[in-house]
Amino acid sequence: MNTNAKISVRDFNFFYGESKVLHGIDIDIPEKEVTAFIGPSGCGKSTFLRSINRMNDIIPGARVEGRLTIDGQDLYAPNVDVVSLRRRVGMVFQKSNPFPKSIYENIAYGLRIGGLRDRKKIDEIVERSLHRAALWGEVKDRLNASALALSGGQQQRLCIARALAVDPDVLLMDEPASALDPIATQKIEELVYELKTNYTIVIVTHNMQQAARVSDRTAFFMLGKLVEYRDTRTLFTTPAEKLTEDYITGRFG
Amino acid sequence: MRHFDKEIDELKEKLLRMSGIVEHAISESIAALQERDTARAERVIESDADVDRMELELDAETLRLIATMQPAAGDLRFVTTAMKITPELERIADLAVDVCERAIELNREPSLKPLNPRLAQMAQEMVRQAIDAFVRRDPVLAREVIERDDEVDLLTEQSFRELLTYMLEDSRNISRAIRLTFVGKYFERMADSATNICEMVVYLAEGKVIKHHHEPDER
Repeated sequence: MNTNAKISVRDFNFFYGESKVLHGIDIDIPEKEVTAFIGPSGCGKSTFLRSINRMNDIIPGARVEGRLTIDGQDLYAPNVDVVSLRRRVGMVFQKSNPFPKSIYENIAYGLRIGGLRDRKKIDEIVERSLHRAALWGEVKDRLNASALALSGGQQQRLCIARALAVDPDVLLMDEPASALDPIATQKIEELVYELKTNYTIVIVTHNMQQAARVSDRTAFFMLGKLVEYRDTRTLFTTPAEKLTEDYITGRFG
Repeated sequence: MRHFDKEIDELKEKLLRMSGIVEHAISESIAALQERDTARAERVIESDADVDRMELELDAETLRLIATMQPAAGDLRFVTTAMKITPELERIADLAVDVCERAIELNREPSLKPLNPRLAQMAQEMVRQAIDAFVRRDPVLAREVIERDDEVDLLTEQSFRELLTYMLEDSRNISRAIRLTFVGKYFERMADSATNICEMVVYLAEGKVIKHHHEPDER
């Protein structure tokens, strides 16, 4: 087993009712690196990403087999507190989903839910999170304005700030830039580069160039199987598997 | 078939056309030497402008493909290899021009000795096969060509030693013998370029770097 693996997965299977959508996934995701999941629609990459903070628990009939650990701790062990797990493993979605509240409240809300009452402390964390999400400069003079008044790219960075506020170790990103224009996309990508010094990041993307640009390692999924997983540079220049080659060169119909 | 495959085919075709001109330049330079045909040598020198123009065209084409198609994996290796092969071909054509310049100089004096065509023909053959190997992405053929480079080196050395005896025999032979030594060296360099191209073909086909006796990492 990889010694610096933050997330370690062995023979992981996922079922929606009778249908098996992930088949025997084995993967070690290293700490403080960016790992990209790529693959055609329906290949299971998003399902797998969501398994990493048990987002699939609420889907009726969803069931897992195998082992998925973070820092050696089994995520699906019966005694795991899912709420505290999700605090450690933050998630950012394709469609930005800020609360219909002020910019400030979007971040403060989760902190209060977590029991923090100290106003000064909350102010501090709000500012720090917005800094880390590279949004502070753009919103510092209007923290009480509605989050919904922000641009799409800003809303997405606000969601990243919100995820960072509770101090996770792992950040899961499900196509975080697919609804954004190239400039906003670039800002998100720059942010990913910076965040990896402090966080382990897993990003699902349909944009192959984005995976090539931002990630250290890339995993290619197809039909619920992990086809190839290696350092991004090698995967995009000399993939070992024909299937990977065909996918990244656009040979699939 | 992807649109990109069409683009790749067009790129291949252009490279083939360029290498066709280069091969012709080599065979004409050999003929100009053998037949002491100055007019022929001059035509080869003139046709070099065509090769230069094709190099510029291919440069523009490969750059455009990278910018607009963002090739990956095998496609990326193909386009970047094409980009590196083009200047090798241009260099080979320049060497054919050098051969012709020496031929013209040699024709101004009586023949020293008939050209042993083996070295020249081998270089020509290696260039042709290198391009074939590239177009067919054939690492087996590429490796065969690479193996033959040692033989070319041997032939160059032999030809040099032979010319040395002419120089020792009669100092009036020296200028012609030196020019013929240069000619030998030019063909040897063509074979070197063919070898370079073949090393790129192995990378293209297998993703393995073999130049500079590099041992590929375990994957």
